[in-house]
Order: sequence, then C-alpha cells, then structure tokens
Amino acid sequence: MPSPTPQPTASPPKAPSSGGDAALDSLLSREYEHGFVTEIESELAPLGLNEDIIRLISSKKDEPQWLLDWRLAAYARWLKMTPPTWQNVKFPPIDYQAAYYYAAPKTKNAPKSLDEVDPKLLETYEKLGVPLHERARLAGVAVDAVFDSVSVATTYRSQLAEKGILFCSFSEAVKDHPELVRQYLGSVVPVTDNYYSALNSAVFTDGSFVYIPPGVRCPMELSTYFRINAANTGQFERTLIIADRGSHVSYLEGCTAPMRDENQLHAAVVELIAHDDATIKYSTVQNWYPGDENGKGGIYNFVTKRGKCAGVRSKISWTQVETGSAITWKYPSCILLGDESVGEFYSVALTNHRQQADTGTKMIHIGKNTRSTIISKGISAGHGQNTYRGQVRIQRTATGARNYSQCDSLLIGDNCGAHTFPYLEVHERSAVVEHEATTSRIGEDQLFYCRQRGLSAEEAVSLIVTGFCKQVFRELPMEFAVEATKLLGVSLEGSVG
Amino acid sequence: MSAAVEPLLEPLLEIEDLHVNVGDKPILRGLTLKIGPGEMHAIMGPNGAGKSTLAHFLAGREGYVHVSGTVRFQGRDLLVMPPEERARAGVFLAFQYPVEIPGIGNQYFMRTALNAQRRGRGEEELDAADFIKLIREKQRLVELPDAMLKRSVNDGFSGGEKKRNEMLQMALFEPVLSMLDETDSGLDIDALGTVGKVVRSLRNAERGFLVITHYDRLLSHLEPDFVHVLSAGRIVKSGGRELAQELEEKGYGWLVEGQA
Repeated sequence: MPSPTPQPTASPPKAPSSGGDAALDSLLSREYEHGFVTEIESELAPLGLNEDIIRLISSKKDEPQWLLDWRLAAYARWLKMTPPTWQNVKFPPIDYQAAYYYAAPKTKNAPKSLDEVDPKLLETYEKLGVPLHERARLAGVAVDAVFDSVSVATTYRSQLAEKGILFCSFSEAVKDHPELVRQYLGSVVPVTDNYYSALNSAVFTDGSFVYIPPGVRCPMELSTYFRINAANTGQFERTLIIADRGSHVSYLEGCTAPMRDENQLHAAVVELIAHDDATIKYSTVQNWYPGDENGKGGIYNFVTKRGKCAGVRSKISWTQVETGSAITWKYPSCILLGDESVGEFYSVALTNHRQQADTGTKMIHIGKNTRSTIISKGISAGHGQNTYRGQVRIQRTATGARNYSQCDSLLIGDNCGAHTFPYLEVHERSAVVEHEATTSRIGEDQLFYCRQRGLSAEEAVSLIVTGFCKQVFRELPMEFAVEATKLLGVSLEGSVG
Repeated sequence: MSAAVEPLLEPLLEIEDLHVNVGDKPILRGLTLKIGPGEMHAIMGPNGAGKSTLAHFLAGREGYVHVSGTVRFQGRDLLVMPPEERARAGVFLAFQYPVEIPGIGNQYFMRTALNAQRRGRGEEELDAADFIKLIREKQRLVELPDAMLKRSVNDGFSGGEKKRNEMLQMALFEPVLSMLDETDSGLDIDALGTVGKVVRSLRNAERGFLVITHYDRLLSHLEPDFVHVLSAGRIVKSGGRELAQELEEKGYGWLVEGQA
C-alpha cells in the first residue's frame, strides 16, 4: 500500500435523533454468540518470541530443514521491520513478547481418523454449527477444522482424493507434498511484503492447503473453520490454494473466538495461484470476537491475502463479510498477470460499538485485457470507524484493461465514521477505470416509511441493510448468504442510536 | 362546526383541540375533527396550513411536539402507539413523496409488510403462493406493470409510478383508515382515475378516508362526504362536496382573511 493522502472523507451528517434510533440502539447491542471457551488441556510453547520458539514450532511440526531456514530468515527480516502506521485505525503498541506463539490441544498421538479426535473438540465445532462427524457433516462442504495452532480434522478427504484434489492441513502438506509447498510458498506474498506477513512467515502454525489438478472442477465447497481458543495466544495461519490449468474451486473460511478482555492477534497469510483458465472463488465470513461495547478485548485481525492470476483467462474472486474483530486490517488483492485474467472483490464490512476496520483491495493489472471489479459496502454504527482503502494499478503492459469500483458507505447513528481512500494509478492510455462512491445514512425517512407499513424499527433496519449488501451477498454460496444475513442482524443489534 | 349530519356510530377517528408544534413553531392550533366509519373527509387549504403535518403526525412520524389535545382511533389513544402499531391497527398513509429503498424488491417488501401487519393483529401470515394471487388481483386495479413489482421499492420509479405503488399498497393492506397526502400532485388524468378506482374498491360501511388535496379534480373522482378548509392550523370551514367546487372558483382568500 502506498502511504495515504487523505481523500474525501465522509463524517456522518448530523440529524435529529429519533425514537427509531432508540430502537436501533437496542438492536445493536446483542451478545457475541460464539464467546464460549472449550476447557481442554493445551500444550503451550513458552511465552514470547525468539529463535528458539521458532525452532520449537518447526520441530513440533516435524518440518524439513529448508522450512526452518525459511522461518528463521523471515524472523531476521521481521526484527528489522517496523509496524505500518498509515492505516486509519488506533491501538496501543503490541507487546510481541507477551503472547504465546504455539498452542495445541493435548493428544497422545496425532489422530488417524475422526474417531480418535478428542470429543471435546468435536463438541466445540458442533456448537459452532460445523459438525465434523460423518453423520452430521454439512452436505457438500468439506471442512478443515483449525483449533489454535493445529488442524484437528479434515472431512471428505478420500472422496476428494479420488479426483486428485489435495485438501489437507498445511502441516500435512509440508510432509506429504513438499515439492508443491516449496514451489509456491511465499510466491504471491513475499516474506517481507509487510510487517505482519513477515511475522506470519516466521511463526505460522497451521492452515489449509488445496491443490486442484488440471481440468478438475472441485465437486464440493472446501472450507476451513478457524477457532482461537487458548488465552494470550496469537493465531498465525497460512493458507495456500493452487488451481491448476482449467480447474475450478470454491473455498470458504469462517472464524470465531471466545470473549476475552485481552486483545489477541490474528495475523494470517493466504496465497492463491490460478493457472491458465482456472477459477478460484474465496469467501470469508469473519466473525472473530469484536470486543465488548466499550472496546475492551477483541481480535486484531491483521491479514494479508493475495491471489495471483498467473495464467491466461484465469479468475480470482474474493468475497468477504467482515463483522467481527476489534480491528480489521486486510486487503485481499489480485495480481492480474495472465492476459484476459479477471479479479473480483466483493466486500461487506461492518463496524459497530468501538470496532475499527481498514479494508479494501488491490487490483494490479499487468496482462492485456485484464478486468477487475470492486464492490465494497461499509456499514458503520455505534462508534465504529470504517475505512475503504483500495488501489487500482494499471501497468503499461495492460493494454485494454478495465476496472470498475463501487464503494458505498452506510451510516447508522451520529457517532460513527466512514472513510474512503481510493488510489487509482493508470499508466496505460487504453485502460478504462471507473470509480463510484456514495455515502448515506439510514434515513429517518426510510425508517418511517417502513414503520408506517407495519415493520418495527429493527425489522426496518435489517431490511434496509440487507438491501444495501445485496450485491455482495449474492456472491456467497447459498447457505453462507443466509448465515451472513443473520450474522449482520446480530452484529447490528444495539446500533440504532 | 359544520352543518353536516352528526355521525351516529362511534367515530373511527376523533381529534379534539389538537395543538402540535415543529420546534417552537405552532403548526396545528386547536384542530378538531371526527371521522365516522364509512365516511370520507377531504381537507383542503392553502400551502403551510398544516395539512401534511396533520397526516404525518397521525401516522406517528417523529419530530413533532405534541402540545395538547387528544387523538383517539377506534376508541384507543392513538398518540401512545408507535408508528408500526398504528399501521398494524389499520392506519395507512399514502405518502406525497414515497421513499426509495434500494436493494429490496418491491413485491418482497409488500409481503414482509403485510405479514408484519397480520402478525401484529394475530392473523396467520400469507405464504408466497397466496400472496402472489392477492397481489395479482390488486395489481390489475392499479395497472402497475409486472416489472415494478420486481424492481427495488420506488427505486428509479417516476413520480406517477410511485403514486401508483402507494395505491397498490393501500389496496393490498385494506386499511381501516386511509390517509392520502396530496396523492393527486403530479398525476395525469388516467392516474387520477386509478386512485378513484382503488378508493371505491375499499369504500364500505366500516372504513374511513382522510384525503388531503389542493384541487377539486381529485375529489370529483372520490366524492367525499365532507370537505374541510384548514388554515393556520385550524378548520375554518366545513361543508359538503359543493364547498370544494366553491373553493376552486373563489380560492381561499375569502376564508383565510383575518384568520392567522
């Protein structure tokens, strides 16, 4: 990201508060549903971060020497880096020595099958609505369940293997498919891309690995469910998805964490590679614990996600629904290298209470006739601060490139903020770049109109917000769209004020 | 008050000496009005007389200061009810400027609203199939094209389409008390005829109407029982249908002078 020069910033228009607002208020203060803690014995690395901790993580995972060297090199670089300060969020400096970098539920041996997985873990996922057991599994969705620093189970593996699809935890991929990991790891997000990606490269623990062979259309949704459970730990997962020539995959991730008074750091790196004619659709429903209504606790979600459209006519589509986390800092991006490749970014980001989000995307057009679409919907309520930051860069080589960006902000109440920082860099004459932005407040007029037709203020707000987000929700797989709509309703509770 | 016949039944709406301010400014200043079941009342009057304030205040819009006076709807204190409860009890306002709600399909909105009203009255909700049957029937009445049902609520509708859409909702909800706030403004002759058709389809011995307008031409389609002139927040003259025609000829000056 370039350093920001402030662009037009919208602060909420002042309007007389109304009874509708009082109703919105109560709507916006419902409790976080996934805030429970699983009582399970954990194996923790010693507190803090140094080379020995990295060696310990690497040996716990039985990693080859090259990977340990890669981690140590990343760590050395990280030590010399400083955290970014350009983002439009505020938080006290993080003490990196006060966290645990490895936490794993205690088991005798690695479970060979689901029957050997600790029932407490299975129960946890069941409670989160992601049952892993054969009889209760989500139909048509294969799940990799990551609990703190380790993957505890991956479903439907054998069915996928029949088609040559590899879907496993990152740790297993390092053991079973080292050549693929070594070839692609860090190839999209370089170690030193940014402060948090360097940290992740040094200490990443687990995550998911996907490889779709040439010409294969993945028959089911692949998904990873991330759960932070242990206190004072950071979660640093690493996800790598490779879609070979002419393949197609749709991948989803969900995230939750217990309610805790301390802030916890989640610094993930996700890398996607799409070869010729391949399509990757990556959807996120992010519901990390957002902190309480006074801003105490919550997850710092500092994530680097990037996809490379390496091949001709390849396509990478990001859809994100960001409702959780105390602070969100993420810019799922596309490098459009292959001619006629396509990048898409659909985002709903909601900040309520004291939540802060600085999120958006980067579309880097390098290949000819590359196309990108950005649809960003920011909703701010309570004292929430919501920033869209997006870069569209058309390189000299990208003749005939096209981009369309639309950034809409919706304000609920008088104390929140919406900010838009678009960076458009066009170095090629034949390119067409369009940017549209709107800021609106849930109007008293709209609320009154709905209430005059018999809807309560809550129903009215939820209806208006759903309408606002529709362009993004329709990009989500069906059952997740329903989930996202519900989640938005819950996250908005108590916002009308 | 008027020379008109006193209604025999318990009034549907009973407004007694109502005073309402916007901020410090008095808008309604001692308004008294009774609407009995089956009756249609028209309110006319010069700009700024308080006509739209009356309709919005009765529908429960925020931002008005209730200074004194009472409003009873079917014997209940209307002013303690939130807007949605008034709607569920059968109070409907056809807006002069209907609001746009992008992203929400018109038909979906109407079904959600109708079912919220039915829930509020303890009635069973309509399923999608029954609703479609119902909306088709009402749609014929207002001649709103299919495309308007699929599009977002009022989003990109012309002025006339918005008014037809209000009429469609009125026909659908079958309110006990329908208030029309300058529904005729910006409508062509055909659309005026549609308003008349919808109102006639709803008129019966139980339902009441409060029609706010500047012009006699809408009233010729509606045939109100009573016509009132509102000026400076008070009803200064009441009469029958002929009063509207008189106003059309003479204007308001002869009534308003020396009032405010």
